[in-house]
Amino acid sequence: MERDTHFILGVYEDEDVLLHAVEEVRSSGVKIHEVYTPYPIHGLEHVLGYKRSRLPIAAFLFGMLGTTLALTMQFYMMRFDWPMIIGGKDFAAFPDFIPVTFELTVLLAAFGMVGVFMISSNLKPWAQPRIFDVRSTDDKHIMAIDIANNSALEVDKIKEILKSSGATEVNNKSFEE
Amino acid sequence: MAHDVQNYNLDQKFDFSASIKKSVLTVLGIGAAILVLGIILAMTGGGHHEEGAEAAGHAFHWYERLFANLWINNVYFTGIAIIGVFFFAIQYAAQAGWSAPITRIMLSLGNWLPIAGILMIVTFFVANHDLFHWTHSYLFDKASPEYDSIIDGKGAFFYWPMEKGTFPVFYIARMVIFFGFWVFFFNKFKQIAANEDQLGGNTHWFKMRSWSAYFLVFFAVSSSISAWDWVMSIDTHWFSTLFGWYVFASWFVAGLSTITLLTIFLKGKGYLEMVNENHIHDMGKFVFGFSIFWTYLWFSQFLLIYYANIPEETVYFVERLSSDIYGGFIFVNIIMNFVLPFLVLMTRDAKRHGIFLKVVCSLLIVGHWVDFFLMVQPGTLGHNGGIGLMEVGMLLVYGASFAFVVLSSLAKGNLVPKNHPMMEESYHHHI
Repeated sequence: MERDTHFILGVYEDEDVLLHAVEEVRSSGVKIHEVYTPYPIHGLEHVLGYKRSRLPIAAFLFGMLGTTLALTMQFYMMRFDWPMIIGGKDFAAFPDFIPVTFELTVLLAAFGMVGVFMISSNLKPWAQPRIFDVRSTDDKHIMAIDIANNSALEVDKIKEILKSSGATEVNNKSFEE
Repeated sequence: MAHDVQNYNLDQKFDFSASIKKSVLTVLGIGAAILVLGIILAMTGGGHHEEGAEAAGHAFHWYERLFANLWINNVYFTGIAIIGVFFFAIQYAAQAGWSAPITRIMLSLGNWLPIAGILMIVTFFVANHDLFHWTHSYLFDKASPEYDSIIDGKGAFFYWPMEKGTFPVFYIARMVIFFGFWVFFFNKFKQIAANEDQLGGNTHWFKMRSWSAYFLVFFAVSSSISAWDWVMSIDTHWFSTLFGWYVFASWFVAGLSTITLLTIFLKGKGYLEMVNENHIHDMGKFVFGFSIFWTYLWFSQFLLIYYANIPEETVYFVERLSSDIYGGFIFVNIIMNFVLPFLVLMTRDAKRHGIFLKVVCSLLIVGHWVDFFLMVQPGTLGHNGGIGLMEVGMLLVYGASFAFVVLSSLAKGNLVPKNHPMMEESYHHHI
């Protein structure tokens, strides 16, 4: 895919200013591509208007898979494959199966969740991350705006909005892909 | 900074209005009526139980069931009250900011403690032989045919320094000391809170923090021992090393549910406008998490006993699971206190919106009563127990009295700790 992408970056120093800036910028009709911060900021996903993650659904389904797998495995082994009398209990002694079932449920829910998260956020080892501004790993908050997504507004106008919302710098950034 | 400045009414007081009073007293009246009806029916129509009981050694009297019910509710509501104080102390010891507006609600549950202490001691003296097998002096008499070497071995735990089988000094002393210190700490917290409201400043918060830490140390020991004393000693032969934790967990879930319900109730009445769905969410997480914690302990106790299959331990579950009366309630207990809260409160939305929490918390309050019912009745009443009119009536009487005491105490003081140094932080609590 040969396409150049051009971004406008707003650089913010303070998280409170950033939170209000996000609200301001969005209300003036600019679509924000993403905000990069050195540490998690409470309420940022809320002002960005992100929909809630559906990851818990994946966790629940993987957990159910773990429960089913554990119970099936144990019942098959203990009742059909190699029945053994342990501690004078029935072959299919349900209470005995609970610890293993619990562990497998947690294990598959956790692994499944990590796997789904990695796939959905493109975190493969060979992925080429886009670095907008290295200072977002240190002490600056970076708001990235994709020009192609904001064709209705002029670039200068967007820069003006960013400046007035409290950005200390407004930069351009392009990626060649 | 472009912060929105919140102007909450920090001087709000709960108005225990005539209509709320009337509904609490109506529940009390209905409970009392059901209780009296249950007693009358038991007095007149208890005949069919007598045969089996006489074969077992002694005749069954209707008042034994009354005493067992008093004991279940004494222990249960004492637990909810002390958990209010405990959770309050946790907030201060952990320097929690989010919970600042609802700390007074937690503390208000403690107002039941003095009443609970008196009820507990009086019930013990009136009903000792009918509730506690170990109170019979012939168990410790080597000449008696009823001599019981196992209970004799445990006798010092109840009777020290007196001779076994006489007067349970150590047991009574523990009961008095526990209630005494719990009430002492509770009054201390109340007093510091009142000073904070009047004078302001951070010193009261620091004072509260250190007193909370002392209380938590005392509670760590006393909660466990009170569980052995008041509940586990009913089945005198039997023992379980995690029983203290198990009873504590049951109390904790019930107490958290009560705090949550009370908060939602007060919000519904228009108070506590600074408490939003984020705070409710946190309470919901506590209820959800500790329901699982209770299940973990319940199951740990069960699985080890089931798996090891040692008769002196399995007797506890054999008595319950193989009984026509109690067998079903074991499953009711697990469904009400684990399966339903687990499935209903799993999603985020269910924890943030009052309606789900209202349903689940009410369910849990009844559910953990069933848990205590299962701990107390099989050992005291055996096959003469069960959930009947007396049980329902007594629970309603206790519940309504508890609600009356707590609500009238809330009406007396400030509903929110207006000078709490972390009030501002709690306004911005966001999860």
